[in-house]
Amino acid sequence: MPSPRVAVHPTSFIALTLALPLAVALGGCGPSTSLEPTAPAPPLRQVGPHELRVPADFEPIADVKQRSRALFLEVSRVLTHPRCINCHPNGDVPHQGMSLALHDPPALRGPDDHGVVGMECTGCHQDRNLELARVPGAPKWALAPIEMAWVGKTAHAICEQLKDPKRNGGKTLDEIAHHNGHDELVAWGFYPGADREPAPGTQAQLGALTEAWVKSGAECPPEGANQ
Amino acid sequence: MSARIRVNGVEKTLDVDPDMPLLWALRDVLGLTGTKYGCGQALCGACTVHLDGQVVRSCVTPVRRADGHEITTIEGLTPDGSHPLQRAWVELGVPQCGFCQAGQLMSAAALLKSKPRPTDAEIDQSMAGNLCRCGTYPRIRAAIRKAAGMPEEER
Repeated sequence: MPSPRVAVHPTSFIALTLALPLAVALGGCGPSTSLEPTAPAPPLRQVGPHELRVPADFEPIADVKQRSRALFLEVSRVLTHPRCINCHPNGDVPHQGMSLALHDPPALRGPDDHGVVGMECTGCHQDRNLELARVPGAPKWALAPIEMAWVGKTAHAICEQLKDPKRNGGKTLDEIAHHNGHDELVAWGFYPGADREPAPGTQAQLGALTEAWVKSGAECPPEGANQ
Repeated sequence: MSARIRVNGVEKTLDVDPDMPLLWALRDVLGLTGTKYGCGQALCGACTVHLDGQVVRSCVTPVRRADGHEITTIEGLTPDGSHPLQRAWVELGVPQCGFCQAGQLMSAAALLKSKPRPTDAEIDQSMAGNLCRCGTYPRIRAAIRKAAGMPEEER
């Protein structure tokens, strides 16, 4: 007799994929014994894969540290999107595409993160997208310095990185929030041109979420927590 | 838009759409046809010129970016083809069909200006954006080494 098939509604699937890791995240980042009592996480508003929650969605989380961790996980949905991490490589070659393929034509980080002579980033990338040639572009097009590498990093690791002035470009947390909300190169991630998938949500939402994370204590989600 | 661009040492005024690719302006407006159209997507390097000394792919560089700046094309590398790279190119018979060679030379010139004695790895890295469908890469590398005053083959 064949096994009965169980239909799962797509929105239920999204809710599950978002809620389960979040529950892990809200469990705290204390000692590995992790037996300290924590309040069960209230369910968050369901959003699609291309949307972001807004700070108000996190208000039901009474524990401010738990709320802060949850806020960062939402921020990290943008930071770990290919539109962002492709130029935060953990090596000397930028990535491209949704599969993080190595940049083609072959391009290298170079001595100042702007490419090598003859293959500077701005030799091809302009200050805006070229719709006909499909070459993506934005002001300040370059690789993030190696200390800001995000490829292969967890939300926890990226969070700790963002809080470390030695690995965040010497920025304060308020400056990080402003950067996320207003920087022109960050903006490109939401308007990548051609047929590229944009990062989820809007830059304004990213800025607001980052600001809320900072104001709530800039707590980092534990290792193992995903968006 | 009126763009003022110093092209090969001569001041030019271009009344063109600011988003016109620089390659169009060079070839169709100024008649400098040494720079070639290959792919139109910055993927092959045939259209390579220098903007204030830096390599750019002119097929994707809008004229507005060059406004107020200096552009050097293959015609302006030297007035008489006497650049060490050009001499080495001739001596070694580098080109086959020749279509990509203006771009190859412009990238190589930028490389040698920045690194007068490049390693083979540095040559390969800097020339990686210039494709040659005839496969003249070994001769290109040898000519760059020769122009740099180094043995044509790595020792």
